[in-house]
Amino acid sequence: MSLGSESERGAAIELRHVSRKFLSPDGKAFSTLTDFSMTIARGEFVALVGPTGCGKSTTLNLITGLGRPTSGEVRVMGQPVNGIDPRVGFVFQTDALFPWRNVIDNVMAGPLFRGRPKKEAEAAAHDWLARVGLSKFARHYPHQLSGGMRKRVALAQTFINNPEILLMDEPFSALDAQTRLLMHEELLNLWSITKAAVVFVTHDLEEAIALADRVLVLTARPATVKSTHIIDLPRPRDVNELRYRPEFIEISRRIWEDLREEVRHGADAA
Amino acid sequence: MSSPTFSADGAIAAQSGMSEAEIEKRAVDAARRQKRFVIAARLVILAGLLSFWEIAARTGFIDSFFYSYPTAIADRLWELITEGTDEAPLWYHLAITMQEALIGFIFGSVFGILFGVALGRNRTASDIFSVYIKVLNAVPRVVLAPIFILLFGFGLWSKVALSFVMVFFVVFSNAFQGVREADRAMVANARILGANNWQLTRSVIIPSAMSWIFASLHISFGFGIVGAIVGEFIGSRYGIGFIIQVARGVHDTAEMYAAIVIIVVVVLAAESVMTMIENRLARWRPPALSEQDH
Repeated sequence: MSLGSESERGAAIELRHVSRKFLSPDGKAFSTLTDFSMTIARGEFVALVGPTGCGKSTTLNLITGLGRPTSGEVRVMGQPVNGIDPRVGFVFQTDALFPWRNVIDNVMAGPLFRGRPKKEAEAAAHDWLARVGLSKFARHYPHQLSGGMRKRVALAQTFINNPEILLMDEPFSALDAQTRLLMHEELLNLWSITKAAVVFVTHDLEEAIALADRVLVLTARPATVKSTHIIDLPRPRDVNELRYRPEFIEISRRIWEDLREEVRHGADAA
Repeated sequence: MSSPTFSADGAIAAQSGMSEAEIEKRAVDAARRQKRFVIAARLVILAGLLSFWEIAARTGFIDSFFYSYPTAIADRLWELITEGTDEAPLWYHLAITMQEALIGFIFGSVFGILFGVALGRNRTASDIFSVYIKVLNAVPRVVLAPIFILLFGFGLWSKVALSFVMVFFVVFSNAFQGVREADRAMVANARILGANNWQLTRSVIIPSAMSWIFASLHISFGFGIVGAIVGEFIGSRYGIGFIIQVARGVHDTAEMYAAIVIIVVVVLAAESVMTMIENRLARWRPPALSEQDH
C-alpha cells in the first residue's frame, strides 16, 4: 500500500490548512481546528486518536459536507466538498438506525433514497445482510436486536451504498469489549470487499492500531496533527492474535507516549 | 409462601424443586388472580361511591337539588335513550355534537400537523411566526365562541370552528416539538444515506414526531368535544350541550348529569379507538415489560 505518496489528485480525502471557528452563545468565537492538514489515499485506513473534544468529529463533519470550514480547503476525490457527497458513508457512535423500520428496510434505505428500484434495493439489502450474518433477522425491528447486531445492521446500511470514503465516529465505543473485537473482524472483512478509504475516529488505541494503516495523533483543542504512526502489520490481520505481538505492543507504547501529553493538556484546558 | 409471586421487577419467584412448566403455570395463575383482584377492587369502589351518593342525597346529607342521585340519573338516562328530548331523539343530538367535534378534530389535527411539521423544519419561518403563535395561543379559546356564533351562525360551522381552534394548537405545538426533538444522528444518517429534504421529512422526521403527535391527538379529541359543547351552550338547536343547557333552564340536574355520562362514554370510546390505531402504527416500539393492562 502506498502511504501518502500518491499524487494530490489521487487522494481520497485532503484537508489543507483547515480552520473551523464556532460562535459560542455569548458571542465569542472559539476554534476547534486550526491549520489542520491531512491527506488520505484511496483505499487507505486511517485512525484518528486524540483527547476528548479535540475536534475529531468536526473533522468528519467537514468531510461529509455537513459542516463547512471557516478557512482552508476540504477536497474529496480531488473535488472541493460542496454539500453531501454520495460517495461518502458514515457510521455513527450512537444508534442511528430508524427504529420504526425493520432490519431489511433499514438496510435498503440508502438505495431507495437514491432512487434505485425497490426490487434491486431489496436484493442488495439481502446480500449485505447475509454478509454481516443477519439474514435471519431481516424482519426484526432494531429494538429486538442486541447492540452488536444493531451495529452490524448499521454497517450493512452504510456499505450497501458502496462508499468510496467511509467515515466512522467511534462506532464501537458503546459495545462491550468482546463484541467490539468481533466487530473489528467484521469491519476488516467488509472493508476488504469494498476497499474504501476509511477515517476511523476512536479513543481506543488498540482498536486504532489493529485496524488502521496509519494512526494520526491529534493535539488538544484547537486540533492539529501532532504525529503520524505507520502501522506496518501485514494484512489480512487476525485482530485477536495481533494484540499479543511484540510489534503491536511496541507501537501502542509509542503512540501512547505521544498521546498522553495531549490528553493531559486537554484535561487541564477543560 | 405456597405460590410464586411477581416481585417488583416482574421476575418470577419460585421454590427449588419445581419444574419449568409448574413455575410457569403458577406464575400465569398469579397474574390472572392479580388481574381479577384489580377489577374487583375497581367495582367495589364504584359501588361504594354510588351508594354513598345515593344514601347521602336521599337522607339529605347533600342537597339532591344540586347533586341529584344515581338512580334518578339512571332513570333520566334511560328516558333520554328511549324517548329523547322534545326536539329530537338522543341519537340525533349525539350525532350533531359528534359531527361538530369530529370535523373540528380532523381539520384541527391535519392543519396542526401540517403547520407543526412545516415550521419545525424551517428555522426562519419558525423564528418569524413563533411570536404570533404565542400570542394566539394565549387567547383562551372559549372566548372565541360568541364571535364564531356571530360569524358562522347557530348551525354546524360555529361549533366546528371552535372545535378546530381547540384542537389545532395542541396538535400544532406537539408536532412542532416532535420535529425539533428528532434525533440528530438519525437525521444526519438519513442525509448521508442520500435522503433529500422531502424524503427526510417523510421517512425520518414525521415518524419520529409520531409519538408526540399521537399524545396530542389523545388529549385534543377531548378538546374537540369541549369546543362543540361550549359552542352549543352559547347558541344551538341540537346537541348534547343543548340538552344540558335546556336542563339547566328547568333545574333538571339529573338530566344534566345524564348528558355528562353520555359524553364521558363517547370520549372513552373514542380514546380506545385511538389507542388501537396507535398500537397498530407503533408495532416497532419496544413493549414495556409486562404491560398487559390494555
